[in-house]
Amino acid sequence: MTLIDGERAVVVPASIGGETVRIAPEALREATGWKLEPRGLCRGEVCVPVRRREELADGMGVDLAAFARAIDRPLALDVAERAAALGTSAAERSASLATLEAPDFRLPDLQGRMHSLSEHRGKKVLLIAYASW
Amino acid sequence: MWQALYEELGSHGFVPFTVALDQSPEDPRPYIERASPTHPSVVDTEHVVAQLYDIRNVPTMIWIDEAGRIVRPHDAQFGTDTFTQFHGKQSEPFLAAVRAWVKRGRGSLDPATVRSHQPVPTPETQLARAHRALAWWLHRQGRTQAAERHFLRAGELSPGDWTIRRGSMPIRGIHPMGPAFFELAKQGVPRYATEALPLSGADD
Repeated sequence: MTLIDGERAVVVPASIGGETVRIAPEALREATGWKLEPRGLCRGEVCVPVRRREELADGMGVDLAAFARAIDRPLALDVAERAAALGTSAAERSASLATLEAPDFRLPDLQGRMHSLSEHRGKKVLLIAYASW
Repeated sequence: MWQALYEELGSHGFVPFTVALDQSPEDPRPYIERASPTHPSVVDTEHVVAQLYDIRNVPTMIWIDEAGRIVRPHDAQFGTDTFTQFHGKQSEPFLAAVRAWVKRGRGSLDPATVRSHQPVPTPETQLARAHRALAWWLHRQGRTQAAERHFLRAGELSPGDWTIRRGSMPIRGIHPMGPAFFELAKQGVPRYATEALPLSGADD
């Protein structure tokens, strides 16, 4: 199973039954950084309590769809293709935009040189999104 | 265009930062090479910026002040008049407003106005972006049919998102200025062309 998370695509061992994909807790931690602990799902300092633990994980591993719901991230899953993409949380993005702080990013130019928005702190920036299509 | 504005206003503490929401650096390469920008000009094949700012169509412009705060959220504005006959908007009022902002500090919007005009994502639009990411990955794996399913699913989930629906046309072998585009255009673009914010011009 390939799990796509932002720019990362990681192959993780998974057991698949019907539309349900289960991933061993250790493999999930390696792929996403989230660890299944007695208090819930944790990554670094952040822990998300898990109400119905039996729905999240069993002996076969962590249910990928239930995991995505627990950490409030959308999941596009294609069992036949053995691939899934984790998106970003609408609530998290909305809260971030409400602060009016311009989200930072780092992207390459045609020569592959990286540029970030925050390098231009102290200037007025006109951020222009366009496309050739 | 942006290079000329940078040369004009760069000494006033201003920088244009262009982001191409394209599939490959080769797509915007002719435009970028013609402009030879000395300002940052990047390519965003993963739609990182679209995701971060909830951008659903292009072109669009966001004003960010010296402290890194959004003082004018993105709306439909144009830096050139190439497509004025399609959308009816001219670039000059916008460029005049940028000059007034940079030189005289005019035209920043107050936080409440920025917030009320800043689009925010919903669970559906974010799930659409996840399907788009999956489709784009499948496409690059050569799994074209599977990719097509997820591009379509993404479009169904977020019908107003042209970065998905029109942006995926070249990948899917559909001409982005062909019949499929005009069919899409008939449906309108929610929260884009209809909601341009007022501009403060040079004479305000």
